[in-house]
This record gives sequence, structure tokens and C-alpha cells, in this order.
Amino acid sequence: MSMNITSAQYVSDRLSEENMSIQAVIDGKQYSVPLNPDNIHYAAILEWAKEDGNEIQAAE
Amino acid sequence: MAVSRINEAGLNINQYGNRRLTYNGAMNVWQRGTSADSATNGDYMCDRWRIALAGLDGNLDWDRETSSTPDGFSNALKISMDASETSLDAGDYAIVTQRFEGQDLQQLQKGSSGAKKLSLSFWVRSSVASTYTVDLYDEDNTRSISKSYTINTADTWEFKKIVFEGDTSGALDNDANLSLHTHFWLDAGSAFTSGTFSTVWGAVSNTTRVYGTTGWLESTSPTFYITGVQLEVGDTATDFEHRSFGDELARCQRYYYQITATASTNPIFAAAWWDDTTTARGTVFLPCTMRTTPSVGYSTLANLQALDPNVVWNNFTAVALTSESSEYTAHLSVTTGGGGTNSDASSFRVIGTDNINFSAEL
Repeated sequence: MSMNITSAQYVSDRLSEENMSIQAVIDGKQYSVPLNPDNIHYAAILEWAKEDGNEIQAAE
Repeated sequence: MAVSRINEAGLNINQYGNRRLTYNGAMNVWQRGTSADSATNGDYMCDRWRIALAGLDGNLDWDRETSSTPDGFSNALKISMDASETSLDAGDYAIVTQRFEGQDLQQLQKGSSGAKKLSLSFWVRSSVASTYTVDLYDEDNTRSISKSYTINTADTWEFKKIVFEGDTSGALDNDANLSLHTHFWLDAGSAFTSGTFSTVWGAVSNTTRVYGTTGWLESTSPTFYITGVQLEVGDTATDFEHRSFGDELARCQRYYYQITATASTNPIFAAAWWDDTTTARGTVFLPCTMRTTPSVGYSTLANLQALDPNVVWNNFTAVALTSESSEYTAHLSVTTGGGGTNSDASSFRVIGTDNINFSAEL
């Protein structure tokens, strides 16, 4: 019953340049996901990134 | 009269409030909309009610049913298929589920000698008369208990009551994360039915979880309706505890909050300010303390706009949560096509019958 994640990319703060959230497409829908492990989208992205070939893209 | 003189045995238990653990049991709250075709696994339908599915040949649709409901209920959740399974594979299933936080279930005393029973009552109607399964699934300890119920007559509302024994093993975590699921199985393949059906708490064994294949997925244009769902502590299913719409909506918004534009309204959703010509920041004051920091969901960026000092609405070209976001407020950093001036005030709005949503589901 896992989520279908098709893309994930960090977004950084313009001032601090630290990652502040992840832009993701999950089950065909667009989300800005907080870096909070209690958030199920973030937890799913971390699990997804452990699989071969998946990677959270660095912020632009 | 002193409280100590009240004879509890003489009171009507149905006068007691907050018995119902189930959220949106009367299916009255539909923030995401009232119908969808071709649902995917994990989609939410009416608030707090989720579909889990695998391996289906046809499309599963859901709708709010208002024309045919049990007495005392004005809404029901309707599930239907636009094509039957050509062949039910072992791993196929369709389940209507609801999830609970562990901190809301500590009164069950699960995992102790004093573990409480749970009663589940609901109205159900199906195009396929058969024996169906409902289970409780303990996420913290990977344990479950299943019970069966029979729908005697096709296309007829029937009221069901089920009692689950208390579980003296496996305490539920006392936190805001997922601890328990209720699963209403519409149908399942042999991966869930091939063993001897188990109706007692134990380590999860998929093959013994479901009573048997119901025939629902393989029937022609099947339908399944459910409403009046009440999970409560104890061995007695009491009358359904009705709540006001506002009360039920507020409870659901701990997990999901959606701001929707209509043909006549383009709601403001954030107080904001401009950083420079193209970028702005805004704060969404969430309607209640959400379960955790929510994700922000949207479909078309051009339907989200920021107001500039010349009273022109500028389409978003990007939106992201900042690290200042929490379960209390969502803080957004947005980029637009231009129009702002540093430090000028702004507002964000949604247009085009679109929505922006904040999800802290389990």
C-alpha cells in the first residue's frame, strides 16, 4: 500500500540556502513536503530514496 | 443532588458523548469533493476514509450517496467498479479503511491484562450478498483480528454489529502516529483467504485475514455502500453518536484542510508580504492544530495568485513550504511572474474552482 513517488527535489531557502522542503509528485499529485519524519509523505520519500535508482534531487 | 447519588445503571448510555472513535462515521464531511473516477491506492474519499486497492482490472469509483440512505443518515459512501475482474488474482483486494493515532486509543489498555473490547456498528449495502470481513490492524505490533459479517440481501441496507475482544499483547504507542487501522474488505484474492480464517488477535498472517472471496470484484458493476460507522470501547454497540457538521469537520481538519474556490468565490488563504519583485512569503493559519506539519498539495500553479501593490493578482510559478512551518501554521515561499515591491503587504488566493490543501494524514 505504498505511495507512488515519481519525483522529489529539495527546495532551499533563498537566504540561508539550507534545504527547507521537498517538491514531489506523489500518486500523480504535486506536493511541497516538510522535512518532518512524522509527515507520511516525507517518510515515504525517504523510503523511496533508499531504493536503487531513486534519489532526492539537490536544490537548484 | 450529589454526583455520588446518581445511579449510573439507570442512565441511558446513549446520553454519553464522545463514545464514537470513528471520524466522519456518518460520511457528512467531503472536503476533497464528492466523487472521483479511477481511484488509486491510498486515495482519500470522504474525509478520513481511504481506499486501499491492488491488482484491479477495472476502475474503482467513489461517490457521495444522498438519495438512498438509512433512516437518520443523509449521506453514505458509495464504492463502485466500472468493470469486473476478468480473473481474481491472488493479491487482488479492495478495502475501505480508516486510521487512528495511538494517543487516541490509550483507553483500550491494549497490551495489558485489562485490555478492553471494541464494538463496531455500521450500516452497509452491497450489490453482492455474501460474507464479508472487517479487521483491526495494529500497526505498532503487526497484530490483527478479523471478524466476518453477512450481507443477507443484495441492494438492501442492513445494520451490523461486531465485537472485537481486547488484546492483552502489544501496547499501542502513545503518540500522534499511526497505531490502528480498521479495514472493511470488499473482496480479496487467495493470498488473503487461503488459510483458516482467524478471529482472534495474533501476529498478522495474510492468508488467514479474510473469511473468503466475496465475489464482489468479479461481479458485474458491483456497488458497496457504507455509513453510520461507529467504533467504540466496550462490548455493546450503542446508538450512533451524531455530531454537528462543524464538530465533525473540525475533527477531520486535524488531518486535512482544503481551501476551495468556487464559481463565485476566490478565497484568500494567506496573509503575505513581498520580498522583492517576484517573490513573496505568506502564512496560512491552520484551522486547528494539525497532527504534524502538513504537506501542501495543489494542482495548477496558475490558479494560485499573490496580490501586488497595484491590486493586480500575479500567478504563482512556484510554491514551497519553508522550515518555519509547523502543525500550527504553514509558511509558504512563492515565486510569481512579478509585480511586487519589497516589504509591501500581499494576500494569496485560489481561483478557477481549484484548491490548495494541507495534509497531515496518518
